[in-house]
Amino acid sequence: MPKNSTLNLGTGAFVALGFAALFFLTTQTTSHGLAFGSPPHYDLTAKFDNIGDLRVGSPVSMAGVEIGRVVKIDFDTREYKAVVTMRVNEKYNQIPTDSDASIYTQGLLGGKFIGLTAGGAETYLKSGDHIDFTQSAFVLENLIGQVLANFAKSGSGSASSKPEAPAATAPPAEKTK
Amino acid sequence: MKVIRELWRSLIDALTGLGAVTRFLLRLTAVSPGALLRFDLIVAQIFNSGALSLVIIMLAGLFVGMVLGLQGFSLLQRFGSEEALGEASAIGLVRELGPVITALLFAGRAGTALASELGLMRATDQLSAMEMMAVDPIKRVVVPRFLGGVIAMPLLAAIFSLIGIYGAQLIGVQVMGVDSGSFWSQMRDGVGLVDIREGVVKSLIFGIACSLIAVYEGYYAIPTAAGVGRATTRTVVTSAVVVLFLDYLLTSAFL
Repeated sequence: MPKNSTLNLGTGAFVALGFAALFFLTTQTTSHGLAFGSPPHYDLTAKFDNIGDLRVGSPVSMAGVEIGRVVKIDFDTREYKAVVTMRVNEKYNQIPTDSDASIYTQGLLGGKFIGLTAGGAETYLKSGDHIDFTQSAFVLENLIGQVLANFAKSGSGSASSKPEAPAATAPPAEKTK
Repeated sequence: MKVIRELWRSLIDALTGLGAVTRFLLRLTAVSPGALLRFDLIVAQIFNSGALSLVIIMLAGLFVGMVLGLQGFSLLQRFGSEEALGEASAIGLVRELGPVITALLFAGRAGTALASELGLMRATDQLSAMEMMAVDPIKRVVVPRFLGGVIAMPLLAAIFSLIGIYGAQLIGVQVMGVDSGSFWSQMRDGVGLVDIREGVVKSLIFGIACSLIAVYEGYYAIPTAAGVGRATTRTVVTSAVVVLFLDYLLTSAFL
């Protein structure tokens, strides 16, 4: 058994290293960082028909720059819509009131994020404000379904055109507004 | 039938062993608060089980991370999403590989040391001598070793995961040329505090399991040279099986 001071030093170094590793894991590998007084921010809400797999913590960006994060996702039982609360950094407090919020996908199969596009109004969104213009998540299955239905309709007229009659008449819409 | 009787016998033995371990754990927990007063004893055991296991943990973490980087890269490349390498290896390490491999290495490095030390104490009547002097060997010898292992394990697992992530980064970014920015940013987007918590909880429970098995096997070792050897072997085998079994349970509980 080593001498007492060496022992204490070794143990101390080990414990410090262990906690440093834990600290690193929680701050550097996750998007949370430390909550040492989060930067000043304000909250905005928006209602979407379908948010896909948007999650709490997903980024909110404007022109590709991350300006905030999704902090809460709720369901409106009267309108059957998803209510998303976004927390936006106070630095970016000049977002026009008629801006629109859309849900995009990062990369081909990446996670979802909210992209804000600036409108032209002279007044800016404040904390607690609501973004009225929204565009739902692009759901791959719906698009594939529509494309397939279209193919079925144009290809073999009678046999397989029966399913999804309303979708088949529509062009392969990319937006579900 | 002889076979059925043998099976019945071994089932009874297994249940008896499980019961004995559980009672031993309860006894240790009951004594633990009092043992915290002798914190220097626990510190010495954290040094023995933790600091002395550091080298093997770090080396293993580095190589596991490098293998993850290599395998993950060649797999993800097929789908054209090499950038997900950071996220994939970090989640794999933090949630699964870190706690499990650390626990297996811990059982091999520290668990065997604990079991053989206690077994030799038993064989050389040191434990009985303590009882003679009205010193509770559970409180003086067993509990500090147990607590030292329990404290050391989550720290070791965190170090393992950290080194592993850098190992994956070394191969993925430096050798294979994945973009460093997307490696880290995808990791940050994909890994949540939930994942870290799962890793910490797992390693804490593995720490309890491995330390308990080691001190139990050592404390109740048959007091002969062969008995101590057998206790050491059983420590590694039982720990490995128990850790992998618990890992399945915990993973399904967390998902």
